[in-house]
Amino acid sequence: MSYVDDAFYRDLAAQFVDWQREDRRSLEPALLESCRGLLHLEARLLDEGRFEDWLALFAEECLFWVPGSAGGDPKREIAVAFDDRRQLEGRIYRLRTGYAWSQVPQARTTRIVSNVEVFSGASDAVCMVRSSFLITEFRAGATRTFAGWNAHRLSRADAGWRILVKQLNLIDCDQNLRNPSLLL
Amino acid sequence: MNISISSRPAHDWDALVQADRAHRILYTDPAVFEEEMTKVFAAVWVYLGHESQIPRKDDFITTKLGLRPIILLRDAAGVLRALFNRCTHRGSTVCRAASGSARAFQCPYHGWTFHNSGRLAGVPWPEGYACDFKDDKFNLAQVPRVESHRGFIFGTLNLEAPPLEEYLGEAARPLDDWIDRNPGGRIAVCGANRLKYKGNWKLAYDNSCDGYHVVFSHRSLLEMENRDERDPNKGMSYYKSKPDEAPMYCRCYGRGHHLKDKRPNMERRPGALWAIEGVHPGKERYEQRLRERFGREAGRWLDLASSEPINLTIFPNLLILGNHIQVLEPVAADETDTVWYGTAVVDGPDMPPGVADDINALRLRTQESFPSFGEVDDLTNFEEIQKGLAAQEDEWVYMHRGMDIPGRITTDGKGIVTAPATDEVFMRLYIHHWKELMKSNPVLSIKRAP
Repeated sequence: MSYVDDAFYRDLAAQFVDWQREDRRSLEPALLESCRGLLHLEARLLDEGRFEDWLALFAEECLFWVPGSAGGDPKREIAVAFDDRRQLEGRIYRLRTGYAWSQVPQARTTRIVSNVEVFSGASDAVCMVRSSFLITEFRAGATRTFAGWNAHRLSRADAGWRILVKQLNLIDCDQNLRNPSLLL
Repeated sequence: MNISISSRPAHDWDALVQADRAHRILYTDPAVFEEEMTKVFAAVWVYLGHESQIPRKDDFITTKLGLRPIILLRDAAGVLRALFNRCTHRGSTVCRAASGSARAFQCPYHGWTFHNSGRLAGVPWPEGYACDFKDDKFNLAQVPRVESHRGFIFGTLNLEAPPLEEYLGEAARPLDDWIDRNPGGRIAVCGANRLKYKGNWKLAYDNSCDGYHVVFSHRSLLEMENRDERDPNKGMSYYKSKPDEAPMYCRCYGRGHHLKDKRPNMERRPGALWAIEGVHPGKERYEQRLRERFGREAGRWLDLASSEPINLTIFPNLLILGNHIQVLEPVAADETDTVWYGTAVVDGPDMPPGVADDINALRLRTQESFPSFGEVDDLTNFEEIQKGLAAQEDEWVYMHRGMDIPGRITTDGKGIVTAPATDEVFMRLYIHHWKELMKSNPVLSIKRAP
């Protein structure tokens, strides 16, 4: 059952406008460290191919979003990915069939996550995190990179943070992408 | 201005394209590719873009005709033009944006400026020149023939080519059907999934009507779409069991155009397409809202968010699949860009208020599915073909499925060929058309504003 509706799109637009504000940037070491820790864990789970464990980092009602243009409105234009939880489960299910030829053999990756900045949300229960990423991929005899920055919208949970939204911004999102089938 | 292409004695096309097979160098040889960029991607009508991408005067997009950089625009007078994006001075591109609105283009190199009619507006410090800048040789080159079929803009450099409508021929009918399934025949391009593969463009063309590969190449997608055991008939599941015997068919119209029509596999009732559409973000919420509003009539609207079950291919670079306008852009013998433009329905008096927004909220998400979960596997297979074709001594690829089987393929009085959707007759017909083009010596022309 999908939870995506007009209200979901409206809230998303509101959450992702004007959030990287100096007056909301937090320099609190404990907060920064806890967010950085989540991003490092996320990167490791993806690099190790532990996709189900990766999905467990997300909130029940979550979104994985790769815009097809900078600032692209997902209600008006095609995205590289706009996955609710069920679609993310499907994405992982497909990779696990063993017949997703674009990932046979599976990409080997190593992710570097850096330049982490935390911005406070409307309440203490939510924050926004900006980070830069460099994914180096080896597959089918060739090594290449995906680069860009992530916006994570996080909500506080018992054991730390859960991911409400991961917006992954490829620097070349509006260009022709060669085999973007790995889990970014 | 006419430009003759020097004929190359190097290739014996009849030897390279035989009744049942094609030679590997069609896919691997840079010299063949270079020749295709004139004899195919200039000498026939080539798809350039959709009018909804340049709705107003002065709107432009940058695109390509073969390898030629093109600014496709509506000029200040509203005329559709395909300008060469190449300064007449030193050859630099004058426009470097993907899209926008501009009455003039100023070359960043030396500041030569051109009206969007292509005419030179002026050059800096003209007193340093003795020439007459009114000579039209200084105006931007442009494609001499640009025509639109109901919003689909094509161009050719061949003054001898038939009119666009004649070129499209009977293939215009399924194209019109596809346009007219949208209220008022109105569609608008709404972004794209843009993909690249390291392989020859014809590998995608060979695949365009291929009903034989589906259950093998797309097994992961089929399993993903049908992972809910309570509803195992989603998406392309009709390809399972015996697709040879399914009612769907392939139809070849001549000039390399063909259609794979899967509509006969469907129930003919409103809502039948939606019933087999996979699960996508927003499905239940928007469906519920439309059903509460329209009751049994909701199926008619929901079908517009569903993938239309046809693959229509207009030679050499336009593919209509589901709700997509897919465009093939050759880059090199072993590299191709393939852009899957999404399309949205457009509000109008024939749609109740708000319906277009709800349909498009669903339709955007349904259109992201195949490029993400299906096409990536096709493109990987094309790349692996390109690797396989490096084997120089094993020269042939075959395309003989359905060949020489009595009664399997029929031809009507207009020359339209019909066959099972799993046959390769479309490959044989288009590659033989391609062969005739490669044997020809078309005269190509450019024009300039007077």
